[in-house]
Amino acid sequence: MVPRTIARLTLATLFGHRRGLLLYVLPGVFVALSVLLALTVDDKTGLQPALLQQLGLAVILPLVALVAGTGAIASEIDDGSIVYLLSKPIKRSTIVLTKAFVAIGVVLLLGALPILLAGVVLDSGDVRTAVAFGIGSLVAGIAYVAIFTALSVFSGNAVTVGLIYSLLWESVMGQYVDGAKVLSVQQWSLALISKLTDAPQVESAVKLPIATILLVVVTVGGLTLAVAKLRSLVLSTAE
Amino acid sequence: MSVIQIDKVSRWYGNVVAVNDVTMTIGPGVTGLLGPNGAGKSTLITMMAGFLPPSVGAVTLDGVPVWRNEQAYSQIGLVPETEAVYDTLTGGDFVRANAELHGLSQPGDAASAAIATVAMEDAAGRRIATYSKGMKQRIKMAAALVHEPAVLLLDEPFNGMDPRQRLHLMELLRKMGSDGRTVLFSSHILEEVQQVATHIEVVVSGRHAASGDYRAIRTLMTDRPMLYRLRSSDNRRLAAALIGDPSTTGADLDAAALQVRVVDFERFSRLVPTLARDLGIRLLEVSPTDESLESVFSYLVGRR
Repeated sequence: MVPRTIARLTLATLFGHRRGLLLYVLPGVFVALSVLLALTVDDKTGLQPALLQQLGLAVILPLVALVAGTGAIASEIDDGSIVYLLSKPIKRSTIVLTKAFVAIGVVLLLGALPILLAGVVLDSGDVRTAVAFGIGSLVAGIAYVAIFTALSVFSGNAVTVGLIYSLLWESVMGQYVDGAKVLSVQQWSLALISKLTDAPQVESAVKLPIATILLVVVTVGGLTLAVAKLRSLVLSTAE
Repeated sequence: MSVIQIDKVSRWYGNVVAVNDVTMTIGPGVTGLLGPNGAGKSTLITMMAGFLPPSVGAVTLDGVPVWRNEQAYSQIGLVPETEAVYDTLTGGDFVRANAELHGLSQPGDAASAAIATVAMEDAAGRRIATYSKGMKQRIKMAAALVHEPAVLLLDEPFNGMDPRQRLHLMELLRKMGSDGRTVLFSSHILEEVQQVATHIEVVVSGRHAASGDYRAIRTLMTDRPMLYRLRSSDNRRLAAALIGDPSTTGADLDAAALQVRVVDFERFSRLVPTLARDLGIRLLEVSPTDESLESVFSYLVGRR
């Protein structure tokens, strides 16, 4: 009962405000662009994995996870309405995990599924690669949500810091800078995707076992830190 | 019957001291936490609500610390000063969600009862975003009452309320207090506090300045030396007559007016018109020069 109520309140905050529109706009634009390219480009060799990785996995997914992850908890901390959750005899882990779960659900529906859909649209002959990217996106999305949940509880500027991280670290460094790739959620999920597909263009800078360990550490670590911090969250007073 | 104990509590932010060595016990009944803006009232309430640890000292509810103790909230109802609520919900949904979060077995019934208590039945189906400030305050109150807590903490609950809503809330607080609940609310307005509170705690500049029922506080506040400014048709003769009376301890005469230091306000207030009539002096102005709440409070602090 309690988690369901927390989830309902979280969804009301996520989609009740204007920022929630971004959650539809980002995947909408991505799918629309894929349809457009599928209809207009003649030589589609390598187009599907390239677009799914460089735009879908590297840009759209972290942004959707950012809006979902921070929207699920940071906005309530910012405006103070989190007090109605915290002033209840509820375990702090229940609050954090329920909110993260809701954000992961949003990432699945508005991040991973659109990426899968775009993959099918771009190359209906290679559904396997599309599914691989869908699964990889979900896994990366879970890690992103954990990162952004922790960031939301620790920083008053979660959205700004998260945006810099997504765009600079994940979208640019994680794609093009060799040293940084090892510490990029995107590369870890690529390790999984390359295992699931035989498309030759998909390759990761990290081996799958290491990638798996890093994904688990970041996810569990982020959520654990968020629970610990929420337990001793100081609410600012008017004075 | 629940008791909040604040024991030698200080709280500082960096090198700013917000609360300075405060000890007080809040028991059943209505207690008013009175003090000027910035006195540390919100900091104290936030600590009592378990959302801020004291830098030193202890804040306990029935002997158990409230900081990092989420089980305490089954006994505490909190009406925060912050206006933010889940304002995309209707008032009814919001109160019901609070009942569910408390794990109540009949959340719907509990929510209806709490909404009826604050007389918000008519607006319960509307989104909170459409509420006035006073209505928001009442729906927050309903959310805090929904689990019938033994302790109710309210931070500046009368802010933004119109006179009718204010009276209604006062009546509600009185009733909660007489039911044996421990009710504590903060305010910077003496009149508000004395109308509802059976007990008053005064804080000024982070320090505990006075404690008692409202008569004791009122007496403390009126029985202090006060400066009065008088203008009349003959300031000099009036000064001479006033200084001869024990209700004053000094008089200062300048070109424009007469400043009199008053120690017994009751006596002084009867003396001035009588003297003026007997001496045939016309009074043009009699006004206190430092009647602001801050000066009353700083007097109280200076006494201790």
